[in-house]
Amino acid sequence: MRLYAVVAAGGFRRYATYRVATAAGVFTNTVFGFILAYTYIALWDERPQLGGYDQSEALTYVWLGQALLMTCAMMGGGFEDELIERIRTGDIAIDLYRPADLQLWWLAGDLGRAAFHLLGRGIVPMVFGALAFDLALPASPWTWAAFLLSVALGVVVSFAVRFLVSLSAFWLMDGAGVMQMCWLAGLFFSGMLLPLSLFPGLLGEVARALPWSSLLQVPADVFLGKHTGWDLLQVYAFQGGWALALLAAGRMLQTVATRRVVVQGG
Amino acid sequence: MDFIELDGVEKVFDVHRKVGRLRREKYQVRAVDGISFTVPRGEMVGYIGPNGAGKSTTIKMLTGILTPSGGRLRVAGIDPSRERTRLAQRIGVVFGQRTTLWWDLPLRDSYRLMHRMYRIPDATFRQNLDRCVELLDLAELLDVPVRQLSLGQRMRGDIAAALLHDPEVLYLDEPTIGLDVISKAKVRGFLRDLNAERGTTVLLTTHDLTDIEQLCKRVMVIDHGRLMYDGPLAGLHEVGESERTLVVDLERELPPIEIGSARTLKVEGPRQWLAFPASVSAAPLVAALAERYPLVDLSVREPDIEAVIAKMYAERSAGPLA
Amino acid sequence: MADALRAYGLIVAMWVRSTMAYRASFAMTTLGNFAATAFDFVAILLMFSHVDALGGYSLPEIAFLYGTTSTAFGLADLVMGSMDRLGRRVRDGTLDTLLVRPVPVLAQVAADRFALRRLGRVTQGLLVLAYALWTLDVEWTAAKAAMVPLMLLCGGAIFASVFVAGGAFQFFAQDAAEVQSSFTYGGNTLLQYPPSIFAKDLVRGVTFVVPLAFVNWMPSLYVLGREDPLGLPDWFALLPPVVAAGCLGLAGLAWRVGLRSYRSTGS
Repeated sequence: MRLYAVVAAGGFRRYATYRVATAAGVFTNTVFGFILAYTYIALWDERPQLGGYDQSEALTYVWLGQALLMTCAMMGGGFEDELIERIRTGDIAIDLYRPADLQLWWLAGDLGRAAFHLLGRGIVPMVFGALAFDLALPASPWTWAAFLLSVALGVVVSFAVRFLVSLSAFWLMDGAGVMQMCWLAGLFFSGMLLPLSLFPGLLGEVARALPWSSLLQVPADVFLGKHTGWDLLQVYAFQGGWALALLAAGRMLQTVATRRVVVQGG
Repeated sequence: MDFIELDGVEKVFDVHRKVGRLRREKYQVRAVDGISFTVPRGEMVGYIGPNGAGKSTTIKMLTGILTPSGGRLRVAGIDPSRERTRLAQRIGVVFGQRTTLWWDLPLRDSYRLMHRMYRIPDATFRQNLDRCVELLDLAELLDVPVRQLSLGQRMRGDIAAALLHDPEVLYLDEPTIGLDVISKAKVRGFLRDLNAERGTTVLLTTHDLTDIEQLCKRVMVIDHGRLMYDGPLAGLHEVGESERTLVVDLERELPPIEIGSARTLKVEGPRQWLAFPASVSAAPLVAALAERYPLVDLSVREPDIEAVIAKMYAERSAGPLA
Repeated sequence: MADALRAYGLIVAMWVRSTMAYRASFAMTTLGNFAATAFDFVAILLMFSHVDALGGYSLPEIAFLYGTTSTAFGLADLVMGSMDRLGRRVRDGTLDTLLVRPVPVLAQVAADRFALRRLGRVTQGLLVLAYALWTLDVEWTAAKAAMVPLMLLCGGAIFASVFVAGGAFQFFAQDAAEVQSSFTYGGNTLLQYPPSIFAKDLVRGVTFVVPLAFVNWMPSLYVLGREDPLGLPDWFALLPPVVAAGCLGLAGLAWRVGLRSYRSTGS
């Protein structure tokens, strides 16, 4: 357990060293936040209470999206490029002989990264948003805590998906194409472009049931106090269920892939 | 007029250092601190010194990448920093650790690009390429994507790429770093021929004294941005009083060997280490050894540049300044 | 200039050959590039499943804004999109290998890793533009029709100069490639929506400070017969060529300053 804590701390520090890049990223998140905020204002001006949100809730949703974009790696930007590269070059064989579990190792590192991105890339844009617009910030500390737990689950789901997709590099010569599709799905089905509650009919139902909704839609709704009591437990179960299922799938694929490495000698 | 002329060339960098959590302090680093030398056309010169001594900075000024902060610099009568692209037609550059070849494409395609980029006449291009392919043993590599080449193969490929446009001078920054023994030998042999047959001026930086020994009659040593030595390699050994090491494997354990000017550094079972001046030939020493001791094996280790330079320093600070 | 274009062409041809060595991957990433940009428009379509107008603009009108900026941006991205790699080249020292060649560095950096897959974005932009032209309720005149290709060309040039200026900035801050995205990708997103929905100060900023408004807003207001939210006169619609030329000039200047600084500091 201590090993993984060290790996996680390493993941945190690794991103923390790039201060200029972090500042540049915060700037970009803030600019995008402003642009999206105005489009949402226009939309909610036409249709107040659209999707069950009032205007200030909708604006809060925009800035949460900017804060969580990197944290939940909705457009990638985590460990996956490195893992794919290690699989491609065969360095993965070294990892397999480490006295640590491959999946947990990368998960710990990604959690460390996510923690940094939440602090380093999440808070400042949110503050700018709150200064410029009237946001619906939770009054109760319990809501904040509930939100953080939901974000943590979202990060695990995001990790599990990207891990699963990265492993495809064992079979495909070039994992970049699949990874790109995965990022696109993440961008669209997390609710980053538009809240999933605005997706019509069947598309909306499917989108809300897919794992990617755990990345933004669910944590945002928890933040806005849309889930309380039993309902909150249910959404945790939804996120946790996806996390477990995807991690298990990743584990199975990892076993198959490992056997392949061992058989082929790397 | 000499082909390369440096007169009091300086390069000063502003460096920001962190002081405490937020404050930053600006100070200056004199990477090259008033260097003067000339190289006539057709000479092959070694430019050596420890890491951070200013070797690469000098090369970057000679090629026009960096603008000098002071002094006068001319290559073929051209001021490199002012007329960088014009000079580029007349020089070849090989950076040891950075390839200029196209990663995903066969070697041949990179050469095709050079052909067009440097506007090399077709006949010249074909002639130069054939020559390089033959002498650098590239025939079987031409259709291999560069990413599949070994480090040594890639270095040979890079050297060829730098020579297709008939440069009058070739700069090589650590051309043998990381190469295996065979590749090193090939590269050195090629450079020697190039210099001898075509009269190409060659300036190379290296960590490996063997490069210099086998290639350059003249060597320049730079440290802390200053020229410490300029002359023949043998003289460097004298100035630096450097020593080579003879590793002797005897048949059995014996007391420390006593022979000529050599002194015993270390004894470990049947193996002994002898130091002797680098300016002296090893042959008579070996002959004398073979006569008086039961030898199994012998090897000579060259002094490394750091050791030579360290000795030079010790010399200077101890003795009166010349 | 001719030298630069020739060198750019040579290097681009190399990258295209390089790309074609992995055809399947090329097809997939081009499709991905197309889909990534298409999702943007799907989001707008989803918005219009709830409303009939956004900021007073109908779907065909917004599609017109979207199509013009996306195509212009796509063209600039295709031609100049590699500028954001400059910081990396400065950091790992490979920029030096470009400086010893007899062709302009800007051409080499711009052509570096030329990615044909970016045609995906151009295609998507053109498709939306075609849809807009098909459905728009506009009385076309010769002047209005001429505005459309003019917008793509001048808009592309304005975005291209943002890419170059962003590249020049990376000479000073190597890790700041993302700042550039605010103006390129961010600017493109901004221009997909009508100026009427944004705060006046923001519109002023992108008109007079970073003149992205001349990519498509100004000329589109004229084509669509709309009021300018800042109340600027009609002839502003004719300014894009002037603004584009000015931007290119300034970006070129910024590039020279950046390169000069690199050559004197070596970092």
